[in-house]
Amino acid sequence: MVELNYYLGLSSILFAIGVIGVLVRRNAIIIFMSIELMFNSINLSLISFSSFLGDVTGQILVFFIIAVAAAEAAIGLAIIIALFRNKGTVNIDEINILKW
Amino acid sequence: MNNFTEILKSINSFLPELSVITTLLLCLIADIIIRKKSPIVTIIAIAGLLVSAYFVYMQSAVQESLFSGMLVIDPFAVFFKYLFILSSIIILIFFEFSNEIKESTHKNEYSYLILSLVLGAFLMASSVNLLMMYLSLELASLTSYILAGYSKSEKKSSESSMKYLIYGAASSGIMLYGMSLLYGFTGSLDIYEISRYLATNPTPNAFIYLTMIMIAAGLGYKTSSVPFHFWTPDVYEGSPTPVTAFLAVTSSAAGFSLITRLFLTTFLGSTQIVDGAFSIIAGIHWQEIIIVISVASMIVGNFVAIWQKSLKRLLGYSSIAQGGYMLAGLVVADTIGLTAMLIYLSAYLFMNLGAFFVTILIVNKLGTDDIEQMKGLGYRLPFVGVAMAVFMLALSGIPATVGFIGKFYLVTALMKPGAGYLWFAIVLMLNSVVSLFFYLKVVKSMFLERADNTDELPGIKFSVQSYIILILLLIPTIFFGLYFGPIVKLAESSAVLFGIR
Repeated sequence: MVELNYYLGLSSILFAIGVIGVLVRRNAIIIFMSIELMFNSINLSLISFSSFLGDVTGQILVFFIIAVAAAEAAIGLAIIIALFRNKGTVNIDEINILKW
Repeated sequence: MNNFTEILKSINSFLPELSVITTLLLCLIADIIIRKKSPIVTIIAIAGLLVSAYFVYMQSAVQESLFSGMLVIDPFAVFFKYLFILSSIIILIFFEFSNEIKESTHKNEYSYLILSLVLGAFLMASSVNLLMMYLSLELASLTSYILAGYSKSEKKSSESSMKYLIYGAASSGIMLYGMSLLYGFTGSLDIYEISRYLATNPTPNAFIYLTMIMIAAGLGYKTSSVPFHFWTPDVYEGSPTPVTAFLAVTSSAAGFSLITRLFLTTFLGSTQIVDGAFSIIAGIHWQEIIIVISVASMIVGNFVAIWQKSLKRLLGYSSIAQGGYMLAGLVVADTIGLTAMLIYLSAYLFMNLGAFFVTILIVNKLGTDDIEQMKGLGYRLPFVGVAMAVFMLALSGIPATVGFIGKFYLVTALMKPGAGYLWFAIVLMLNSVVSLFFYLKVVKSMFLERADNTDELPGIKFSVQSYIILILLLIPTIFFGLYFGPIVKLAESSAVLFGIR
């Protein structure tokens, strides 16, 4: 049986990749994908905790996270489309009317 | 069968939320049938909220756990539900006055977006399970992303909602990671179970700091506290003004309800309150996290606001700072601090909504919220100008306004002998002095400076209804500053969390 630590290690690495992606990438859609990666790493850690604790509530939370992440992606893409229609770009660096 | 009867029993106590859901659907149907701009949808929404307020009133003294420990009803949640209902009714009225909204082709849809945010806020105020907390937080957040970007053709609006969404999604991701670690450590999502586990098992402080800072990222984003505040000024400037007012008052109040319940319940050593103080598990210093967030919010909010040119942006930084003051009530971790926080929240509701209503009126007439453009405006709209001065003074906490009462109780709570928060009280007071500078900058621009073109500009008239709304907001701002007994009494009786006595 694979130890819990390996799952948690993988999950934290994925989470870190997601956070770095949000901070470094400049394309709004890629930023979105990085956020999805963050959510999936959380799902992995919840499922592994849940399996090792022998408790299902963690897995229930995972289902809710998947559903909410889908809703978030739908709204996010709608907002990106609205932004693209207004500005003709989804590059975060060029989205800069509002500052300070 | 047992579960089924429990659900049936819970639904009886779920009537405030159910009436909000029903109203939401009614608004949706009414919008489809009417298909043109009319105040009917707004009236339906307000009527539904009043029905919900009645059901909330019926629960005034109830303490009950619903849906197998997902939600609770307690005076604390009831107080917040009143706050959400009152503020969203006022905001729904604001929608009828704002040209930004009236000119939009889908004005009616705002009503049910507002209602679904209110539903999310209701659940946030009463959830005691990490699963429910996350879901209600997301319900409120997803709705507010849409609200911020709903003027689809406005560049500023879609940019602000984009920024809001990215910050929101990333910080709720960080919060969830914290929750998953907490779950893995304690084996439960129920905050009472978690507190029982933490009380009986020694927990490394580093772990508590890690998870709690991660969870605070998600909640601090909702209350727009530093360092999770970056979205606030942009969203406040970009979204339509009534939406900004809604986010500043209702949505952040919901965040405060959640952060208070989570932090006060999770670290309880015992459910007994001794001398008004919550008994925190020995050795866990969660207050330090809140102190850092609170002090940083006050300082950043107040100092950056000084340089703002846009009134909405200035109010954005001001609400960051006000959030910092409110968190001070949480640090003390006793009923006095909690009471002070509730008093401040209700004071904040009146004065902030008032300031935003004046902003709506000015933006309607000038088409801009640039403070430079408001030179000499006080002479052209004397009554509105004076009202703005009152709201600004109230926000900075000048005596004889409701803002002073809020600050007075916060400072009193912080100066509890032996708690060692005297320095914190001093920081809070020094910050209000700084805040006076930029609040008065608006007043100065309106009354003490003359417009550049020397021609006499004509006076600006508003409709009678807008004067009535303005007076209705002015009365509580001044009246509760002089006669604050009722507000204090209500807050004192509401500083009761479920399962803690």
